[in-house]
Amino acid sequence: MKKLGTLRINVSLVTGLVISLSILFAALAAPLIATHGVEQMDMRNRFAGPSMEHWLGTDNFGRDLWTRLIYGARISLSIALIPVFVAAVLGTLVGLVAGYFGGWVDLLLMRVADVFLGFPALILVLAIVAVMGPGILNVSLALVVIFWTDYARVVRSSTLVLREQAYVLAARAVGASHMRILFREILPNAWGPVLVLATLGIGNAILTESALSFLGFGVPPPQPTWGWTLAYGTRFMRSEPWLAIISGLAIMVTVLGFNLLGDGLRDLLDPKGLSRGPHTRPSAKS
Amino acid sequence: MLAYVIRRLLLLIPTAAGMVVITFSLLLLIPGDPAAVLLGQEASQADIANLRATLGLDLPWGTQLARYVGALLQGDMGRSLFQNESVSSIIGARIGATAELAVAALVIAIVIGVSLGVLAAMRQGTKVDTALMLLAQLGVSMPVYWLGILLMLAFSVKLGWLPAIGRGEPLGSAVWAALSGQPAVLADSIAHLLLPAFALGVNSAAIISRLVRTSMIEVLQEDFVRTAYAKGLRRTRVMVRHALRNALLPVISIIGLRFGLLLGGGVLTETIFGWPGLGQLTIAAISQRDLPLVQGIVLCFAMMFALVNLLVDLSYSLVDPRVRMA
Repeated sequence: MKKLGTLRINVSLVTGLVISLSILFAALAAPLIATHGVEQMDMRNRFAGPSMEHWLGTDNFGRDLWTRLIYGARISLSIALIPVFVAAVLGTLVGLVAGYFGGWVDLLLMRVADVFLGFPALILVLAIVAVMGPGILNVSLALVVIFWTDYARVVRSSTLVLREQAYVLAARAVGASHMRILFREILPNAWGPVLVLATLGIGNAILTESALSFLGFGVPPPQPTWGWTLAYGTRFMRSEPWLAIISGLAIMVTVLGFNLLGDGLRDLLDPKGLSRGPHTRPSAKS
Repeated sequence: MLAYVIRRLLLLIPTAAGMVVITFSLLLLIPGDPAAVLLGQEASQADIANLRATLGLDLPWGTQLARYVGALLQGDMGRSLFQNESVSSIIGARIGATAELAVAALVIAIVIGVSLGVLAAMRQGTKVDTALMLLAQLGVSMPVYWLGILLMLAFSVKLGWLPAIGRGEPLGSAVWAALSGQPAVLADSIAHLLLPAFALGVNSAAIISRLVRTSMIEVLQEDFVRTAYAKGLRRTRVMVRHALRNALLPVISIIGLRFGLLLGGGVLTETIFGWPGLGQLTIAAISQRDLPLVQGIVLCFAMMFALVNLLVDLSYSLVDPRVRMA
């Protein structure tokens, strides 16, 4: 039974790694592997199905879908990766400070986190983007606002345990500074769950961005984000379902890749499941 | 138990206060002059000045917040900028539809999630288990609105089995109508509810099934399960009466969090299926930049979420006394 379990972990990790690396590669190498220009229209070939010329078919303006999707991956992945990274750094710092110093610092920081956790994620993102206006920067900022609390909570719980460990007490006894203890002793032992959460967060961010675009509040066109490609596709879904099905599949496979990778990493790095703790906020999934 | 309830209620006060501050601060996030931005480019100077006075934008920040909180405490969420109605009555007219959809989605999520999770745990390590968990992964990774549209295409457009958009009678009055001899009203109401609730619930069903599977597998290794088998009880009885009851505890604890997701996801589902709830209203309010309405809706969602979490925590502490001791 054990052997089977180990095998499953590896399958999850390896499949996730293969999918996410392929998508990252496609995004980075987009100019090399694109078959057409991003904005190159061919009105005689609108809504074409897959062919030798257009591998995944074309959209409502006859633009090549494969090209749009790999260029879109650049934007959608940046909107996912950058906010997740910023939220992870911010949340980790808050969690470290709260867990390490305890007392009123902890109480205050965690109450603030509670307040942010108290809003349904998508609603808060929508409200922020609504008042600040759409655009890559504002969408990213809104994602940071909803994501940082997850990291703060997880790192805080790890820090609470770690600060009582013998090696931390020893460092304190020999007069190490708070900074040194936090960043040299505690942080290196608390990053496992953060990495897992961040990997799962990428999928979540991609879904949230696509939902915002679908509702008309994401990154405005002509940027070929996946959300917009899918949103356009859904408008013509009754007569030409191909466009929506392919772009939806692209989003699903990418999110699946990062989720599998996150699950695999969790089993590998965080067998106690800290990063799936009961406080982890449900995604703003969409 | 009473001490726990009081402590939990007291904890709600600072959180609710924080939510009010954040909701209020949305106004401060607007770049430039909020009144001019809200009214758009065609507004006259007089209109802008009027709106500034109505919203109290000329007052110092602290006074504005105090006025906002003071009005909220009297149940006044302000007036919509574009509909000649109070925010609370606009929200009041739609909150029922949203709650109905979210609860229906939650019920679907629990029923599907628990059944599939138990099945996977009972068949642990087999192809059935692998297939079910792959299905759960797909459910988690799928955009809610994409699934909604696919379902609509299949069941409404192609097969014509269920209505594509709109809502029937509110479920409560539909049940009443059915009891007074009009079952068609209830059937129509459920037919309208099925697709949006299913589309909204699938993601949560996937998460719940994974959680139930993990916790069921853990419970099945406990001593009391072995004892139950040793007593000669049948497998089904051991599964349902002994294992499942304990395996469901972690599920209760995440129901509150799931509800937040369902409220948020409802914005998408309501938009697709033309469901006349708060989600649709949110999009309309945001598109019109009707700030008092947006603030009211955001606060209302947050309060609903907080209330559900409170109820879940309290019921969890009833089911599992260890929580109260912590």
